[in-house]
Amino acid sequence: MPPSYEELKKLCTQFRKTIIEIIYEAKSGHPGGSLSLVEILTTLYYLHLNHDPKNPYWEERDRVVLSKGHGCPALYTVLAELGYFPKEELFKLRKLGSILQGHPVRVLNSDNSNLRYVPGIEVSTGSLGYGLSIAVGMCIGFKMDNKPNKVYTICSDGEHQEGSTWEAIMFAGVKKLDNLIEILDYNKLQQETKIDESVDISPLKEKYLAFNWQVYEVDGHSIEQLDSILTQAKQFQGKPKVIIAHTVKGKGVSFMENNVDWHGKAPDEKLKQLAIKEIVEKG
Amino acid sequence: MVTIYGTRASREGLGEGLLTVAEQYPNLVAVGADTADSTTLGLFAKKYPEKFINVGIAEQNAVGIAVGLSLVGKLPVVSTYSMFLVGRCWEEIRQSVCYNYTNVKLIGTHAGITVGLDGASHQILEDIAIMRVLPNMKVIVPSDAVEAKKIIIKMLDIDGPVYVRLSREKLPVITNENDEVEIGKGKILIDGDDCGIISCGVMVYESLVACEMLKNEGISCRVVNLHTIKPIDEEIIIDTAKKCKCIVTCEEHQVNGGLGSAVAEVLSRTYPVIQEFVGIENKFGESGLPDELMRKYHLKAENIVSKVKSVIKKK
Repeated sequence: MPPSYEELKKLCTQFRKTIIEIIYEAKSGHPGGSLSLVEILTTLYYLHLNHDPKNPYWEERDRVVLSKGHGCPALYTVLAELGYFPKEELFKLRKLGSILQGHPVRVLNSDNSNLRYVPGIEVSTGSLGYGLSIAVGMCIGFKMDNKPNKVYTICSDGEHQEGSTWEAIMFAGVKKLDNLIEILDYNKLQQETKIDESVDISPLKEKYLAFNWQVYEVDGHSIEQLDSILTQAKQFQGKPKVIIAHTVKGKGVSFMENNVDWHGKAPDEKLKQLAIKEIVEKG
Repeated sequence: MVTIYGTRASREGLGEGLLTVAEQYPNLVAVGADTADSTTLGLFAKKYPEKFINVGIAEQNAVGIAVGLSLVGKLPVVSTYSMFLVGRCWEEIRQSVCYNYTNVKLIGTHAGITVGLDGASHQILEDIAIMRVLPNMKVIVPSDAVEAKKIIIKMLDIDGPVYVRLSREKLPVITNENDEVEIGKGKILIDGDDCGIISCGVMVYESLVACEMLKNEGISCRVVNLHTIKPIDEEIIIDTAKKCKCIVTCEEHQVNGGLGSAVAEVLSRTYPVIQEFVGIENKFGESGLPDELMRKYHLKAENIVSKVKSVIKKK
């Protein structure tokens, strides 16, 4: 039995709390773009992804490419809860020797003779604009072998300012890669400004439609909506799919919400307590 | 006289090499960027269209797609003009190919000043430097088309990223079908003891010619074909330094950061000897015939001869 929406909402509260705790512990990280991802990742991993945390390299698994690598505290938190690695690892985030790097790494290879693979991390990311092309390559590989695996890639809105993202969007549309599902975390803020104050990326829906994608729009904090749209997107054939998930950067912590100051810094002890209190009360 | 077996472009080794072994590598996939005919990837594409992906003029996407293919078990070979493959895509190659430890093979053609008439925009002279600096990357510069084919076949068995640099122009073929090639091992083509000449790519031929010219003047040189720049064959470099007590390195590449620098890095911490560098000296090229350019930019045998003479005096 899959978990109920109520159970998932409780998990989301727990995940938000953990994200704040581990970023506080690391004394650095990206709370804003992690908090906006919580319902997206929770719905994807708990209700839709074909995967097996006990067997992370199972060949039949779907792939997840976190193109917005800076959102990894959210991904790590979900992966740990699912059992990909022990929860204690979360508190080693960004610390020397940890498998949980500041941006996700698939294989730690600082020592070539001792490659350490990180369970659940399919691709090393962190530099924006690369994930979609990599996901496209995975999709082509699966199609060549007539395999049913799906590839989910989670992109930021900001990385739609990167030209490489559009190379991949154009290619996927032309090639009708319908095993590709992109979830776009549209939180409308980038590091320094609101996106529409720098180089606006809108209208995203029209742009994707022009590139021959199937486009869905949802409230990215509604598990119900995400679940329903993911179900539709998985079934739709003949085009790559994008789910434009309207989200709030820093969601769940009032002083972080819609505030560019919380793109990439850790709260101090006092603000951590305040954030957690708010998350728990709202949850 | 230096024996040559005609003239051919080393890029031909790519298509021929892949075709020769394609059946043995069912997971082989070729990725091109609107240049498959000129890279010779087209030979493979025609026979195996279902295993060929043309991304159009979108090199960054080509590299990203290759990374994705590799992560789902394919053996992707990406090829286009080196300028755009490793020049434009350096960060993708660092972040996605190397840091991910993927099995992506990058074949840059039309490298060096011998690309000729297209001019400096297409003449990459920095690729060895920017590829060899990357962790996990291997860098190979075959000396001719015959060696290139063997290297293309052998690199398919290497675990991890590889960059192979190939030329557009028809250049002298100096190796033959029976010569053994081992990636990571240099080869002494002629032995001598007054000066060691260590070269890669088209400069191996020029070095052999220079060696003949010097022999007529009573100077004996060792010529080493050092096709693999990373991982570098330290043993052959140290042995050459010990025997000759001076070195001249020759490359169709900037003297900063390429083969010469790689050799100097080995010698400075093991067996320092005086070294001279034949290569492009911190300049861009220009349009011209390959031979005219090699002359103008001091890459010909006579330039090697004068560097050898000057380095011997400094011993």
